[in-house]
Amino acid sequence: MTTMIEARGLTKRYGKTAALDGLDLTAQRGQVVAVLGPNGAGKTTFVRIVATLLAPDDGTLRVAGHDVRRDPAAVRRAIGLAGQFAAIEPAMTGRENLEMVARLFGLGRRDAKAAAASVLEQLGLAPDADRLARTYSGGMRRRLDLGVSLVGAPRLLLLDEPTTGLDPRSRIELWDAIRALVASGTDVLLTTQYLDEADHLASQIVIIDHGRAVAAGTPGELKRRIGGRVVEIHVSRREDLGRAAALLERLHGPATLDEATRRVSVGVGSGSDDLMTTLRSLRDADVAVEDVAMRQPNLDEVFLALTGHAAAA
Amino acid sequence: MRADRPAGLLGSTATVTRRMLLRFVRTPQLIVLATIQMSLFFLIYRYMFGGAIHVDGMPYVDYLVPGFIATGVLFSGIGTATAVAEDLEHGFVDRLRSLPIPRASVLTARALADTVILTWATLFTTAIAFAVGFSLHGSAPEGLAALGLVILFGFAFEWVFIAMGLHAGNAQAAQGMGMIVFPFAFVSSAYVPVASMPGWLQVFAAHQPLTYMVDAVRSLTLGPHAQTLLGHPTSYFVSRALAWTAVILVIALPLAVAKYSRG
Repeated sequence: MTTMIEARGLTKRYGKTAALDGLDLTAQRGQVVAVLGPNGAGKTTFVRIVATLLAPDDGTLRVAGHDVRRDPAAVRRAIGLAGQFAAIEPAMTGRENLEMVARLFGLGRRDAKAAAASVLEQLGLAPDADRLARTYSGGMRRRLDLGVSLVGAPRLLLLDEPTTGLDPRSRIELWDAIRALVASGTDVLLTTQYLDEADHLASQIVIIDHGRAVAAGTPGELKRRIGGRVVEIHVSRREDLGRAAALLERLHGPATLDEATRRVSVGVGSGSDDLMTTLRSLRDADVAVEDVAMRQPNLDEVFLALTGHAAAA
Repeated sequence: MRADRPAGLLGSTATVTRRMLLRFVRTPQLIVLATIQMSLFFLIYRYMFGGAIHVDGMPYVDYLVPGFIATGVLFSGIGTATAVAEDLEHGFVDRLRSLPIPRASVLTARALADTVILTWATLFTTAIAFAVGFSLHGSAPEGLAALGLVILFGFAFEWVFIAMGLHAGNAQAAQGMGMIVFPFAFVSSAYVPVASMPGWLQVFAAHQPLTYMVDAVRSLTLGPHAQTLLGHPTSYFVSRALAWTAVILVIALPLAVAKYSRG
């Protein structure tokens, strides 16, 4: 059996609104799958159903070979969950938090100690292991939370927006921790609103919108469909904006125009060559440029490219 | 490292209970709230209002202490509801519900841990009560039985407050819902004799569960004065208080468990 998660027509309604509206999603073993989507797309609902915290209204879901409705206990033995909050006990030390959950996973006292020690080492928390978790920084709490979800050696790790609210440095530290786990063979399902996060961590990305999967593929495949990078031009004079947009459209395809900030952006093929061509033709057309950026497309642009409509906030 | 089989009911209950007690002893605000607050209010009743309240045939302090301590279970229950709601709000309940442990263990742990905390607060207040003039008119075993009853009532009421906390979903709402304890605590025989209340209030005060519980505890501590003051023998109050305890458990426990399992 090579499938870790298999969702078919998964539906969950809250009153009249459908948080999940017939979601199909397959995750193979040995993969890190990122569920990417805007707020309200159904990401958290999906993770909660996978974690057996919510029952679906319709459809089927198998996790690690077990049906979530028929055998939730077997699913719970296979998963580790790190939700949107650092669900740790602040009045216990990092080590105590880990040992407690290891015990709840059924490890004996000595095995729980060993499991906690190895997770502390793995996540770089060993020097702070015996301080109360309430003295930890936000980034350390999230790392400890990740550790708690790991200490029972789950086959599938569920991470719901693991880096939301973290500063850039803590975010990169957490990414490193997650990548190290993946290297050691844990399967991961993570949700995120950030394309770069999915790109960094996942081998497979599923984009969801209004409770359905709208696109799926490897990061490379999706980026090829979006068109790789985005060049963003900030023009000096407002009256040049229309001309610059027309120019970019002729060179690269549909451009997005933002009157208020005097910016035009467009998806480009690969990188520096496209940037050079763009700048050269802007100079030839006598468009004064205030600022130029080349970057990864953001979630809004991905949505526009893949679904033809903007992401609902 | 992966366990061969998940933790059982006893093991997981013990582990989660330990967490709740550690949280209590390591959080000064919680200790102060549970310990000092109850004693402080006791002293206010003893010295501020006590002089103005007259009870036939005994010093007010001997009337007050059993009532105060028995209704204390309600006030400490607000803390339970708040803590349960906080665990829900901060994702701790989600984490526990995603673990391969019997779901009953988490709530049982909460009820046990908070009963231990209640016992501590009760013993502390009782010690202060003795220091400011309370005396036991019944025998020592009767006094211990009174204490045992208070703890039993506390355990039963914990389930009401657990269900309340799960229903509230956040700490502020839980505290708001906790206000429901006031009419039950005050419109009872706990602080003043029911006969001193207006007639329409007496109907509620005389028949609500807290009055039976208070009078059961009181009857055990008053010894020979009990029959004269309360009009019935100890067994009358104790049997009715125990019946109410059973009713509360039978209703609140399944409610809390159902709420927890549904999420």
